[in-house]
Amino acid sequence: MSSLLRVEHLTKVYSNGFVANKDINFAVEPSEIHALVGENGAGKTTLMRILFGMEDFQGGSIYIQEKPIVPKSPLDAIGHGIGMIHQHFMLVPSLSVAENIVLGMEPVKGGFFDYEEAVRATEETAKKYRFDDLNVRSKVADISVGSMQKVEILKALFRGAKVLIMDEPTAVLTPQETRELFEQLRRLKEQGHSIIFISHKLEEIMELCDRVTILRKGECLGTYDIQDMTQESISRLMIGRDVELKFARETHDTGNDVLKVQNLIVVGDDGKRKVDNVSFHVQRGEVVGIAGVEGSGQSQLASAIAGSGEYHYGSVVLNDLEVSGQSVRSMREKGMAYIPEDRMKDGATVNQSVRDNIIADRYYDPKFRKGIFLNRKAIDEFVNRCIKDFEIACDDADQPVRMLSGGNIQKVVVAREFTSGCNFILAEQPTRGIDVGTTEMIRRRIISMSHENQVGTLLISADLNELLEVSDRILVMYKGKITASFRNMEEVNEEILGEYMLGVKKMSEEEMEGQA
Amino acid sequence: MNLIDAIGSFGFSILRLSTPIIFAALACTVTKKAGLLNMSVEGMMLTAALAGVLVSAVTQSVILGILGAVAAGCAVGLIVSTVNLVGKSELYLTCIAMNLIATGGTTFALYMITGTKGTTFSYLPSLAVPNIDIPLIKDIPLLGRIVSGHSVLTYLAFLTALLTWVLIFKTRLGLRLRSVGENANAAQSVGVSVTRIQTYAYIIAGAIGGLGGAFMSMSYVSWFSREMVAGRGFIGLSANNIANGNPFIALLFSIIFGSADATSNVLQLTDAGMAYFIKMLPYVITIVSMVIMSLLEINRRKKMKQQVVAKAIAELHLEGKDH
Repeated sequence: MSSLLRVEHLTKVYSNGFVANKDINFAVEPSEIHALVGENGAGKTTLMRILFGMEDFQGGSIYIQEKPIVPKSPLDAIGHGIGMIHQHFMLVPSLSVAENIVLGMEPVKGGFFDYEEAVRATEETAKKYRFDDLNVRSKVADISVGSMQKVEILKALFRGAKVLIMDEPTAVLTPQETRELFEQLRRLKEQGHSIIFISHKLEEIMELCDRVTILRKGECLGTYDIQDMTQESISRLMIGRDVELKFARETHDTGNDVLKVQNLIVVGDDGKRKVDNVSFHVQRGEVVGIAGVEGSGQSQLASAIAGSGEYHYGSVVLNDLEVSGQSVRSMREKGMAYIPEDRMKDGATVNQSVRDNIIADRYYDPKFRKGIFLNRKAIDEFVNRCIKDFEIACDDADQPVRMLSGGNIQKVVVAREFTSGCNFILAEQPTRGIDVGTTEMIRRRIISMSHENQVGTLLISADLNELLEVSDRILVMYKGKITASFRNMEEVNEEILGEYMLGVKKMSEEEMEGQA
Repeated sequence: MNLIDAIGSFGFSILRLSTPIIFAALACTVTKKAGLLNMSVEGMMLTAALAGVLVSAVTQSVILGILGAVAAGCAVGLIVSTVNLVGKSELYLTCIAMNLIATGGTTFALYMITGTKGTTFSYLPSLAVPNIDIPLIKDIPLLGRIVSGHSVLTYLAFLTALLTWVLIFKTRLGLRLRSVGENANAAQSVGVSVTRIQTYAYIIAGAIGGLGGAFMSMSYVSWFSREMVAGRGFIGLSANNIANGNPFIALLFSIIFGSADATSNVLQLTDAGMAYFIKMLPYVITIVSMVIMSLLEINRRKKMKQQVVAKAIAELHLEGKDH
């Protein structure tokens, strides 16, 4: 049987040398729902963007019905029969369903746009693929998210797509809408279409898909028949079993709470609960890790705690101070240090010097002042000591931060935050995209800060190795809620965390309290 | 002068003074629908005003004069869109620069041609667009006085509002214009070239703005004088901002702002201070209405969130999880 879509030895290297896809091989057969899974950063998105003509590639080939193609643009990809349903819908809200469907290939009569013909053609396609109950004259802004997705699918089918790539299609759907989508996809399969289904939800993959291709760190681990797999075996392959570099774990005393979060609710601009009734605490001398698939509410939680984002219910108490309405300065003076996720945007002012960045939160300290002027001598002495202690590779303190490498920029941030005399550190993805040496240094510093200086740390990280190495306690967030809590690090590993992160398992209140 | 006459001539002057503002507003409506603010409309009109005078003086043809003005407006639109879309420059800075070039450039051209820096009056034999009386309506007492006897371009302004609406909502280009303005990624993903559509929008805007310029130098007066557009482009821009891309509401606000202009002109004779105050009103109205619109949006979002939170809290109490 000839494949509908086949990818051979596909390799993508970004201009900065990062290898996003390495020698990927997989094939999609006609009338197949093919799952594509992998952790964040495993290369799924890059692979899909290549297939849909949004990225170029350096090696390998793509075949449609055994004919080699090179998709140059989304339009080109559609021409070859590849359609994509993006996670963020590519729809124009104020236009009707029919107008969205025909956009780019509009029927014209007598110089004017022929709306009735657009409606007719859309209804015909909708009928052919049995998209019942879709009113093609409704404005897209007025229809449900589930219906918008139908419009997106219909748009691809209208353009003759044989293979549909769906990027996390159920992330935005209610359970009922998801069931409806699955029926729709099965009908499309019967009609000879194939679907590449990208999802983190293994349960759905088990239910819907025929085969699964697993990616890890840009490499393809192979394609498996779903009936031979279990959710556990897929997640084990996805997450992998790398050798972990464990730090010597010593028992140490912890003390009273530095951070107390209670019944916290954060509502996003889309009206969804991003953080949904979250309660936990961080004690002195303790590192609490938060694991979760990206978008599970960790960043909203972090900005609520950091005071940069609002929260709508509950409380965040830092050293007996309610965070809501506090200025960043007063929170810092109360003992907060913060390593934000985006070091280029929030962590450092990249156009300013290393010196200015390090003293950014303490230039007003009497120690660094001489009357109304800065005490340059005291500042230089302090900054140079930081550069030495944190091994910041820079020409001198005057060098603008943007000239440094990613790892050294993060060292500047860390040097400022770890010398501020804090008793609580909020660390958000502190080692993402950073070289091994700096990573080890940052992790060691976090541990020694907590053990020697009795600092409490909340570590939010996508790196499960990091969480397991550094944390005394790990909480798992899934869809805005805390669904698991682990106190004994000996009893937890990446596979177990993965199951909770993907929502395969969930602890009951009692189980969590038993751990807390 | 009796009262009916006074009201009649006031009404007439409202329509006359609204004309350039209507053209300006519609020129902005087209680009706004394509997702871009047309701050260069002032420059489009000024350049077109000079072009109309020059072409009509040379060719002794009113039609060619108007076409010359339209062509000049289109040229400005093309320059701005090319610099912005192809040269990837900041749109607002490009527009500001374009307006400054138009101010300096037209004054320079004026000086080169006439040797004066003020006006072409008595130097160039430029033509005026004729006024027309509407049969039957001109004989109706008050109404005839107000709506009849205007410049062809004034009637064209109202017609342009209708044509703009047809363009935006009834043609293929209009559909693409709206899709580009609302979700450029969506348009691009189905093969609609965002750059091309936005360039078209700027050229069409230039043509409409050009008509506004032609009105200034070939109807409002029959000569070119430096900086004669005097902020009317910006007032049109404001009218369009309030209308948020709807050509008929843009027309309505242009007339409201034209009325402020007319009122100010009348007061000029009696109370000069008040006259300037009223000249300021269009801008005040713009700022106030923008603040109100944004407050409404903030309020809507806040209410939506409150509802979600209230529901979440109700669930908490139901489950007895509130510690």
